[in-house]
Amino acid sequence: MTYQLETAAHPETLRRVAIDPVSRVEGHGKVTILLDDQNKVHQVRLHIVEFRGFEKFIQGRPYWEVPVMVQRLCGICPVSHHLAASKALDVIVGAKKLTATAEKMRRLMHYGQMLQSHALHFFHLCSPDLLFGFDSDVTKRNIVGVAAAHPETAKRGVLLRRFGQEVIRVTAGKRVHGTGAIPGGVNKALTIAERDELLKDVYHIVQWSRDAVHLIQKVHTQDPGLYNSFGIFRSNFMSLVGHNGDLDFYHGTLRARDDNGKIIFDHVDYQQYNQYIEEEVRPWSYMKFPYFKSIGKESGWYKVGPLARVQNCNQISTPFAEHERKEFVDYAGGSPMHAPLAYHWTRMIEMLHAAEVIKELLHDDDLLGSDLMVQGERQSEGVGVIEAPRGTLFHHYRVDENDIVTMANLIVSTTNNNQAMNEAIRHVARCYLHGHEVTEGLLNHIEVAIRAFDPCLSCATHALGKMPLEVELVDPEGRIVHSLSRS
Amino acid sequence: MSAPVVIFAVGNPSRGDDALGPECYGQLEKWLKNENLADQFELIEDFQLQIEHALDLQSRQLALFIDAGANTPAPYTFRRIAPATGAACTTHELPPEAVLQVYVQTEGEEPPPAFVLCIRGETFALGEGLSTAAKHHLDTAFGLLAGLCRQPALAAWQAAANENPE
Repeated sequence: MTYQLETAAHPETLRRVAIDPVSRVEGHGKVTILLDDQNKVHQVRLHIVEFRGFEKFIQGRPYWEVPVMVQRLCGICPVSHHLAASKALDVIVGAKKLTATAEKMRRLMHYGQMLQSHALHFFHLCSPDLLFGFDSDVTKRNIVGVAAAHPETAKRGVLLRRFGQEVIRVTAGKRVHGTGAIPGGVNKALTIAERDELLKDVYHIVQWSRDAVHLIQKVHTQDPGLYNSFGIFRSNFMSLVGHNGDLDFYHGTLRARDDNGKIIFDHVDYQQYNQYIEEEVRPWSYMKFPYFKSIGKESGWYKVGPLARVQNCNQISTPFAEHERKEFVDYAGGSPMHAPLAYHWTRMIEMLHAAEVIKELLHDDDLLGSDLMVQGERQSEGVGVIEAPRGTLFHHYRVDENDIVTMANLIVSTTNNNQAMNEAIRHVARCYLHGHEVTEGLLNHIEVAIRAFDPCLSCATHALGKMPLEVELVDPEGRIVHSLSRS
Repeated sequence: MSAPVVIFAVGNPSRGDDALGPECYGQLEKWLKNENLADQFELIEDFQLQIEHALDLQSRQLALFIDAGANTPAPYTFRRIAPATGAACTTHELPPEAVLQVYVQTEGEEPPPAFVLCIRGETFALGEGLSTAAKHHLDTAFGLLAGLCRQPALAAWQAAANENPE
């Protein structure tokens, strides 16, 4: 199968442009674009090499170590891996239904994670583009630029992040390397002092989240020509949905729709996920390409994450977020919105929902309970799925009679969005780069599309001494004819 | 009441030499306790720096960022840093200078004097432990770090930075 612009007919005659955002030893992404002498685009590919070795890292370990060690797969959303692994291992230990305290503690932890991750994305990555424009001075297009021009907005972003981190700290036990969730439940409940401390701030957090939704809604609706079409592609979409089809980040069943919003499958128990989803390997990428088996490789790929979730659910259980969801659906005109920049709007709706859920949970005395664990009949295989900030996250394990993990399969959100991200940047390349001299501003358009999805590019690894962003134009002989870099 | 000095140790314990930060954190925590210096320092460990770390700079006299370095001078560099902007491509990175700049913009004042101790790493693969070379670099760097913690004053740290040019 060849997708448009995925593979050029004669790559040896073309110039190569590489956008290498994080030139790390491990874990980086890169966009390569092949252009001819007239700057016409012939091939565009997003390469992400991050996910090599995840399964090998887990196999051979005792299962009870897994919820802690998988946090080291991603420094931005360690809680997502922590909880997905814990849910899979709940199945292994036969914990069919957690205690109310355990489930609500985990839910609080997860919604704290969603809040802090979405806040970081919006204020650190997305708002610089939205507030300054894609072609603006590169030195302004960052959180520092936002802070200079919109100090109150930036401050709120920092405080939203901090609040989400505090929720994680009190539920997981520590700011990093937490151990809150364990197979069959949790190892701590909330104390009254911890609850009261969070309650002091949560009302501000809800209000600031509402303001963030209104800010992005305003930015989006003021320029529909750009925001409704930039990088657009049509696709299926998938997410968990909770009870009654509610938006639910922690638990539910799988639902998929086609590009017109028609249900493909629904009420699917995620223990059976591999009967519905298959992963294709392509020779040019380390990252697999998942697709719905019933539709096939060519048309069965899909997108996940906020834009999929907000449009896949029937409703949102909290009032402010539900109001904003309806506004979004009305704006979309009754059919699914596929524009990548709409991810930002829906991400803020989700952040508001997370804030409201946290507020509700903090008023629930079950969080103060002492019944933390259940166990049942031991199983040899389990699947855990949650909706992580970037989309659906699958953890699948087999454990032998000695409690050692013998098989691990992870489908992370960025993998689920692999084809979708490639489609988005190909559309942008066609619209903005095709036939033009390549400039930093034009290349930023590619990055704007990538940032909408915010793929994990350098998960859980950070070291000084990285190369700045480098873009190189290379001729067919491999000589660098032009380069751009950021410092 | 905040401790006068905040020390950030950054890295992933399961990514080869990216564990230099957490390893240094563990050693330093024990050492400060043994030396009865723990109340003068707040140690913060994280996978990577993020915008909210700017809030941890409030009411400090000194700040230190400890991180592994890729392709940086061995065994380590120690330098003073100033607030600076940087272009972001992902939520998965934020240099120490940008944390200082977030502080400036959100707090409306200059951050405390801040320094970076960058210990060279060699390999960063998932599931690997510290390399032998990185262990040596850490041992050498810890000698400097102990000296800094015995003299937590700007003049002493600046002098150390002057003696350890990049």
